Amino acid sequence: MNSSFLARTPLFDRLVQAGGRMVDFHGWEMPVQFGGILSEHRAVRTACGVFDVSHMGQVFLSGPDAHRLVERLNCNRMSREPGRGTYSHMLADDGGILDDAITFCLAPDRFLAIVNAATDETDFDWMQRQAEGIDVQLDHASSRYGMLAVQGPNAPALVAEFFPGTRDIPRFGAAGIPYGGETAIVMHTGYTGEDGFEVALSPEGIGAFWDELMARGGRHGLVPCGLGSRDTLRLEAGYLLYGADADATRTPYEANCGWVVKMQKDDFIGREALARRKEAGFTEKLTGVRLLGRGVPRAGCSVWQGDRPVGTLTSATFAPSLQTGIGVGYLAPEAWAPATRVEVDIHGKRIEAETVRGPFRKNSV
Amino acid sequence: MFDEKQCRFAASHEWAFAEGEVVTVGISDYAQKEISDIVFVELPKAGAAVTQGKACAVIESVKAAADFMAPASGEVIEVNDALVDNPALVNQSPHGEGWFFKIRMSNPADLDALMDFEAYRKTVQ
Repeated sequence: MNSSFLARTPLFDRLVQAGGRMVDFHGWEMPVQFGGILSEHRAVRTACGVFDVSHMGQVFLSGPDAHRLVERLNCNRMSREPGRGTYSHMLADDGGILDDAITFCLAPDRFLAIVNAATDETDFDWMQRQAEGIDVQLDHASSRYGMLAVQGPNAPALVAEFFPGTRDIPRFGAAGIPYGGETAIVMHTGYTGEDGFEVALSPEGIGAFWDELMARGGRHGLVPCGLGSRDTLRLEAGYLLYGADADATRTPYEANCGWVVKMQKDDFIGREALARRKEAGFTEKLTGVRLLGRGVPRAGCSVWQGDRPVGTLTSATFAPSLQTGIGVGYLAPEAWAPATRVEVDIHGKRIEAETVRGPFRKNSV
Repeated sequence: MFDEKQCRFAASHEWAFAEGEVVTVGISDYAQKEISDIVFVELPKAGAAVTQGKACAVIESVKAAADFMAPASGEVIEVNDALVDNPALVNQSPHGEGWFFKIRMSNPADLDALMDFEAYRKTVQ
């Protein structure tokens, strides 16, 4: 994509000023790092870091049939308790994953879905098609919100300085809290394996919040963090990256997320196909791999058992907290059991590795 | 240790510090900053033959892999084993403890093809 067509978040100038090294991420000009991926990773594991996640999308679903639509769109059982969010997969008719998203219940007839940047437009189109003929209004609000993720053991104390009452928000909960003349949506969620919050505000409000965080975050050890550390943190934590580790060709079962499928609940899109595909059985499953030898695995590396290829890594990196290479990939059944010995092909050399039941390290949340 | 002003540089950002027919090689300060957060360096073995301009080592950062091209042809006579356990030395001291290996040059005139410090500095400004 030509760089002149890259989208920028409301924080772009601030990110550059803070030393962000900007790259193209799914058509968005985003910082891959500030001080360095390793130092940012360490800050989030030991103190706290802040990530611009304004490129992610927001869709409000409102009306008498809103909950009905949310349930149809998602294979998980979706909370209808105000202030609660639910992680789920949105499936196509054939059971393939269209996106993974958290949907918050704001009121019994009003919901907010936080969707991935790369699928923002297609998700909204899909939701609109499913909303035809029922009493629900969809509001594609992505351009009206910026969002920051404040993550790490010190994050709750820092966020509480700006948003009183966040101590009472349960994990995966959300609350509307006044901030600078508007209502911030404060969510007790994150993508790092550490405690933390994600805060959505207007484009102006998110700029003011960033400035205040930079001014006051220092004594909590806050550092600005980019997509590089976001990726190492989430991979260690065992979280899926949509577009890399899951897409419309995969079901939640293959993506090792069978727990988000609630076959017992009322109908959801993709249910019948999913049941058929489960009955037929799967030949590949997203499986964690940890290197025993030296080297840095990357997405695209092939995985072997002797002379037999057993799959390909979809995400892989050097894991700063583990000081070794880790990755996930779609592997054949003979490699599904934890601690199975495999080899990863890195630059044409076979490096010893073993399979791991994720997460790669124990998460704090 | 290997004063950058005394080094010669390849356009691909390796430096070479000559002492007679032996040359010590590494990557420039500019390169280590660009690559950032080096977590693994795969060096050639002592005794290996390397060819000027050809990839002979791999530098891995958290984000990506980069090839290291030999700045001169010859035989590798010593490698910096400290990089095995502490690859961050390359970021901390690219012209010091972060050196890569030493080559006994087969053709010392190879160095004439490289830039001096001032010329290299202009290419990365």
